[in-house]
Amino acid sequence: MAESPGAFDAARAAAWITASARLIGGAADRLTELDTAIGDGDHGRNLTRGFAAAAEKADGADTPRGVLTGAGSALVSATGGASGPLFGTFLRRTAKALPDAPVVGPDDLADALAAGVAAVRELGGAADGDKTMVDALDPAVTALRGALAEGASLPAAVERAAEAARAGAEATIPLVAHKGRASYLGERSAGHEDPGAASTALLWSALAEATGADDG
Amino acid sequence: MMAESLVGLVLVSHSRVLAEGTADLAREIGVGRIAVVPAGGDVDGGLGTSFEFVERAVEAADRGAGAVLIADIGSSVLTARTYIAETERSVRFADAPFVEGAVAAAAAAATGAGLDAVADAAREAYSHRKT
Repeated sequence: MAESPGAFDAARAAAWITASARLIGGAADRLTELDTAIGDGDHGRNLTRGFAAAAEKADGADTPRGVLTGAGSALVSATGGASGPLFGTFLRRTAKALPDAPVVGPDDLADALAAGVAAVRELGGAADGDKTMVDALDPAVTALRGALAEGASLPAAVERAAEAARAGAEATIPLVAHKGRASYLGERSAGHEDPGAASTALLWSALAEATGADDG
Repeated sequence: MMAESLVGLVLVSHSRVLAEGTADLAREIGVGRIAVVPAGGDVDGGLGTSFEFVERAVEAADRGAGAVLIADIGSSVLTARTYIAETERSVRFADAPFVEGAVAAAAAAATGAGLDAVADAAREAYSHRKT
């Protein structure tokens, strides 16, 4: 089904969403634990529900743009909590920035993901270091673009992006939250990983899995 | 002025009860002339936000002159703003305190104020001191 390793098509886009649903569902307890420490404790449950709904829509389109638009809409509708609008906006605005073609190249994908990150920043109003999902999204896109510029293949570049997202999420641990419920805790929010950044890192791991799969 | 030409209000809250109660208050201030539609709680009836509820509430509140959305906190704000970013309807998001903003917007809307003026009235409610 999927094209060469450098190509991102509807099958790989759908694989991204289904892998996200699996990784997030598998980490639901950990995400909820993180969210219980500094949030309202619903992150794991909400995001699992949202991505399950998104995965159900993932096979219904012929282009990556169509797949991600449908998945993003399902996330907005089904997730509940702040994660629905934020993750849904990330996917929908990434989709909107993609060429409307059956296969898109690495640079187009990277540019579209950057547009998705910009949309999340705009919606949530978070700056770098506010202890939010932006702290995982931003390093991931930067690493992705950097790796592609150095000539890395898409799977290798996305793997670097996923590592950067994980590092970004872990780097939220000492930070003091400036957005969301955790911001009411002030200094007491330090010492805990941001749940939104943690789940965002899983999203990038899923993308690495989807872009790297079956490319032998 | 015909009721159909007045701007409507949508009140987005985590709590169905808070949204409905604030809507009651705003309707009273709007002397029954404007549509004030609550969008509170999640689809299961618990605390939370529902994009669908927001969509439906705007459809009910927009009687031709558009609607102003006021939200309480967190995901209510993000859900309302996500809706605004995607809809073709004439809508405004008012960055306003929930109760005071709803009351101020209702008063303005009942006078026949336009979308921007109603949203501005809601925003200005931040400056109404209580001491």
